[in-house]
Amino acid sequence: MDMSFSPADLAFRAEARAFIEESYPHDIANTRSRGDMTRENMLAWHKVLAKKGWVAPHWPAEHGGSGWTITQRYIWNEECARAETTPLLPFGLSMVGPVIYTYGNEEQKKRFLPGIYNGEDWWCQGYSEPGAGSDLASLKTKAVRDGDHYVINGQKTWTTLAQFADWIFCLARTDPDAKIQQGISFFLIDMKTPGIEVRPIITMDGAHEVNEVYLDDVRVPVENMIGEENKGWTYAKFLLGNERSGIAGVARSKKAIERLRKISASELINGEPLIKDGEFSRKISEVEIDLTALEVTELRTLAAESRGQGPGPESSILKIKGTEIQQRITELALEAVGSYAFVQAPHGKDAGDNAFTPGPEYGIGAAQNYFNMRKTAIYGGSNEIQHNIIAKMVLGL
Amino acid sequence: MDFSFSEEQTLLRNTVQSFLRDKYDFDTRRKISASTEGWSRETWQQFAELGLLAVPFSEEQGGLGGGSIETMIVMEEFGRNLVIEPFLETVVIAGGFLRQAGTAAQQEAHIPGIIGGETVWTFAYAEPQGRYNLADLTTTAKADGDGYVINGYKCVVLGAPWADKLIVSARTSGGQRDADGVSLFIVDKNAAGVSTRDYPTVDGRRASEVTLENVAVGADAVIGEIGKALPLIELVTDQAIAALSAEAIGGMKELNEATVEYCKTRKQFGVPIGSFQVLQHRMVDMFMAYEQSVSMTYMVALKLDEEDGERRKAASGAKVQIGKAGRYVGQQAVQLHGGMGMTDELNVGHYFKRLTMIDTQFGNVDHHLARYSTAS
Repeated sequence: MDMSFSPADLAFRAEARAFIEESYPHDIANTRSRGDMTRENMLAWHKVLAKKGWVAPHWPAEHGGSGWTITQRYIWNEECARAETTPLLPFGLSMVGPVIYTYGNEEQKKRFLPGIYNGEDWWCQGYSEPGAGSDLASLKTKAVRDGDHYVINGQKTWTTLAQFADWIFCLARTDPDAKIQQGISFFLIDMKTPGIEVRPIITMDGAHEVNEVYLDDVRVPVENMIGEENKGWTYAKFLLGNERSGIAGVARSKKAIERLRKISASELINGEPLIKDGEFSRKISEVEIDLTALEVTELRTLAAESRGQGPGPESSILKIKGTEIQQRITELALEAVGSYAFVQAPHGKDAGDNAFTPGPEYGIGAAQNYFNMRKTAIYGGSNEIQHNIIAKMVLGL
Repeated sequence: MDFSFSEEQTLLRNTVQSFLRDKYDFDTRRKISASTEGWSRETWQQFAELGLLAVPFSEEQGGLGGGSIETMIVMEEFGRNLVIEPFLETVVIAGGFLRQAGTAAQQEAHIPGIIGGETVWTFAYAEPQGRYNLADLTTTAKADGDGYVINGYKCVVLGAPWADKLIVSARTSGGQRDADGVSLFIVDKNAAGVSTRDYPTVDGRRASEVTLENVAVGADAVIGEIGKALPLIELVTDQAIAALSAEAIGGMKELNEATVEYCKTRKQFGVPIGSFQVLQHRMVDMFMAYEQSVSMTYMVALKLDEEDGERRKAASGAKVQIGKAGRYVGQQAVQLHGGMGMTDELNVGHYFKRLTMIDTQFGNVDHHLARYSTAS
């Protein structure tokens, strides 16, 4: 058992750090909400990494993977978080990309993987529906074969950043008579296809990140279906497993705790820095200890994965604990900024230079971040569902 | 021992309830919040006509002679409807200062305007460095002839964009956090040297940053005794905390009802999600958090007239309870509504946001735990 870095790992870390320092497009205006960023800004870092060959380390080498060990991948994530780089969008790189190279045919790999890799195609996720959330398999969107096409009708919801998307990967029911998990197929759909309409959903923090996507007689060529008809649930579950493992966000949470410490060193309580307040500093320590445990848990999961085991149902632990920690940190930041938590930071078109947001820079949007992070216990399979998975798959209950 | 409401109190609740049901549904509230002014002067006038703005004032002052229970009833109903209008700031707080510590002349000059709905007030007390310490003041008032000259900066003054008058806390003597040397002044928002910058708050209201630059006020602007206002500020903010507790239980009640209803109707895996035991127990915990908060809200309302130590403990105890319960109920209501709970469209998120900010108003859980521990 060994948790320390080898000399080779340390050398890699130095290389990664130097590369980020030199190549990160520092002129990217990082807005608080991704919905307020431009497409160009959101993809700028992606494109730099694609050029370098580092954008999809976990992909097979033949499709551009970097061949890094799990330790290197871990170091890389740490370094990106440390430098606060714009997070890469997961929909192509971590979600549909692996589905395509695992279950897609040669034609599909050739056609779709380069666009994902290079950041030319923006993907979004057509999973949830108004009536199918936790019970995803009960989805009602229908695909009916018509010659060389499927005709798709239905409604998807909570579609993150669909307003920018070129493509949507979409689950639809191809056999209405089969048992609910067995009649589903997995489609890749061009967002420019007639019959697709995207409508924004504004969340309680005022942001526009998610959308409803309506599909009205959308004609999708048969060659855009992944794998076999009615086997889509297998691919969908594979994708969800990958979604969960990325969701822990350990490195980003470490950075967020660092930021929280800075905030509480600046905020005052009875003339003293808040960080010196026993009560508050104990709360920071508590979440930091939780995060340390999660970090090692994730490393154990990654180590098992590198031996060819998983990601199994244990990744639900990462989802639950990771999101609880993310939520807790934003909650403590909200607490730390005191009365200035009241200030509503503007979004979208109102977020210009003229917007008045009083209080220290670090406090802007503290409450909204906290509100926004409530979503993490809901998306990607609610935390209640993750508990069910562990109960059933791990504990055998 | 009797926790029942009198006939008059029930009548008051019915009046507020039926008015808000007819005139202040969630859609209306949303429109008011998004309007340029951010509040409804018309609604405020109607509150005046209904007598709500007169509730806590004595009959000699032209009021209805209500006590803390009547204020509680109004605030609870306001909480259920997410009322934006500055009842707490104008009637409970400014009204509280004036009716309990104002001179006869001040009462005569100002209370009728509050009761009639003509004048809106707010309390400018918080400062960026002060956190929740009411005595941590860098704003100063220096004697100048018969009057005073005030200089300083007040942050997150809720309701200030709509206010005509401010009650400003300032230091007239002593060190930055001394209990002695705190004074209160009535300041006209239009007075020379007062400047404000307005902005929206996350709970759908408005606030201002207020700068006071050589603002001259007369001796008649002083509320209470010069240099001795801190106990008075504590008394009135404890009354405000009692009112906020009532607002919070109103919000929690709505959230709990909405959540139970949603879980009965939302189907996943072929059954209502309310049939899952894990969610049932969650809703039971939400219900208990609410009931405990109701108890603390009654308790503080009944103890506002006790001696200082007893009152402080009651107020801080209630604030801790509603802070914790509001957080739990708010978070779980969102969680059990799933994605819908995250949306701006549904009212659930709006109650959650308001409950979150109530914890921040006049000191959060940590602040009041500490205050409770040292209260005697």
